[in-house]
Amino acid sequence: MIDKFVDSMAEAMAGIRDGSVVLLGGFGQVGQPDALIDGLIAQGAKDLTVVANNAGTGHTGLARLMELRRVRRIVCSFPRSAGSVVFEALYSAGEIELEIVPQGTLAERIRAAGAGIAAFFTPTAVGTRLAEGKEQREINGRTYVLESALAGDVALVEAWRADRFGNLTYRESARNFNPIMATAAKLTIVQTQQTILAGSLHPEVIVTPGIFVDRVLHVPYAMQTEMGGPDA
Amino acid sequence: MPDTAPASIAALDRHGIAARIARDIPEGWYVNLGIGIPTLVAEHVPLQREVIFHSENGVLGVGPSPAPGAVNPWLINAGKQPVTLRPGGAFIHHADSFAIIRGNHLDLCVLGAFEVAENGDIANWATGKNDAASAVGGAMDLAVGAKRLWVAMEHTTKDGMPRLVERCTYPLTASGAVKRVYTNLAMLEITPRGFVVLEMVRGLDFEQLQRSTGAQLFHPE
Repeated sequence: MIDKFVDSMAEAMAGIRDGSVVLLGGFGQVGQPDALIDGLIAQGAKDLTVVANNAGTGHTGLARLMELRRVRRIVCSFPRSAGSVVFEALYSAGEIELEIVPQGTLAERIRAAGAGIAAFFTPTAVGTRLAEGKEQREINGRTYVLESALAGDVALVEAWRADRFGNLTYRESARNFNPIMATAAKLTIVQTQQTILAGSLHPEVIVTPGIFVDRVLHVPYAMQTEMGGPDA
Repeated sequence: MPDTAPASIAALDRHGIAARIARDIPEGWYVNLGIGIPTLVAEHVPLQREVIFHSENGVLGVGPSPAPGAVNPWLINAGKQPVTLRPGGAFIHHADSFAIIRGNHLDLCVLGAFEVAENGDIANWATGKNDAASAVGGAMDLAVGAKRLWVAMEHTTKDGMPRLVERCTYPLTASGAVKRVYTNLAMLEITPRGFVVLEMVRGLDFEQLQRSTGAQLFHPE
């Protein structure tokens, strides 16, 4: 019987190696797999490259992972936001490498990795310093810059519901980067708010089919809001 | 700003600029609003005029801010503020959200800017060449991807220095992308000639506006 549920955080994190490229779902706090990030902190892997839209806030989660000097390099579109104090301190001390990527280019580089596309031409950033040193080509009268796929060793994803096959749904704007991160890593680990019997998720509503998912950990934490979830 | 906005000139405040932009957005457009003054534009589009607001983080049909006590922590906009969803709204993942942006599907994007040049260049993400950790977010994708890029900004800096210029001095977000600029003093179109003044606020004359601008202004032909 296929069963991608794991019973413990240790089981979820097993085998993540030093030097891994880790893809993190989420946009700011929303859709961020906080429990799995805490699990990675406990697991101990270091010398990591983290790919995420933001560079963490406060001193918890991703910011904590960085504060513990476990992240060598971060690839993101929006490192500086309110509360990104750990990133700011590490960056100004020269203790973390940063690659700034336009948000759409970041998303497409991840999507491409998951889709078996090595590189693509995009009009974004042409004529700016983020295109400096990159191959450019004129196609049908417009200039494009070549960007390469960005694959992960591990993806950490937050879902709303999951079944034992690893089929996933997401909740509202917490979907964001999660589905593409799930496609682009060798090992995709999911935390889910709710578990559901296999066959109970309507095939029309599954956003990430289980083929992209390796492990699922049940981490219920959300309070039901008045609006309720997609299942309310 | 003694040179740019004396009391006799009816300069617009931030909401005034946003309201002026809102007047030019017709029903049926799909629109992305950047952070700052652009975000205020949605408040000035009447709810009965069906304009569909898109947010980079995968929301189509963004509605007004929720009432206090009705905040849904799962539903934010690209500025990470809580929002609501209008009837007919949809959630999409990030690659699809930027397919919408880059794929020329948005009728309009409104961004803020530090500088706009007479050739349509926009600088809105970084303030200095040494500021390598500046946050670009989705601005570069939005600037090249939408069918129209309008900019909402103050006409000058707080020190009265022009922000509409011949060539941008800050790092570019996109080149040749801006179609219109709405400021606290005027509404201008960017044409092959440069900045063409379509409107000025009450009490301001063309020469005064020219003195607050770092590039040559033109009358409509």
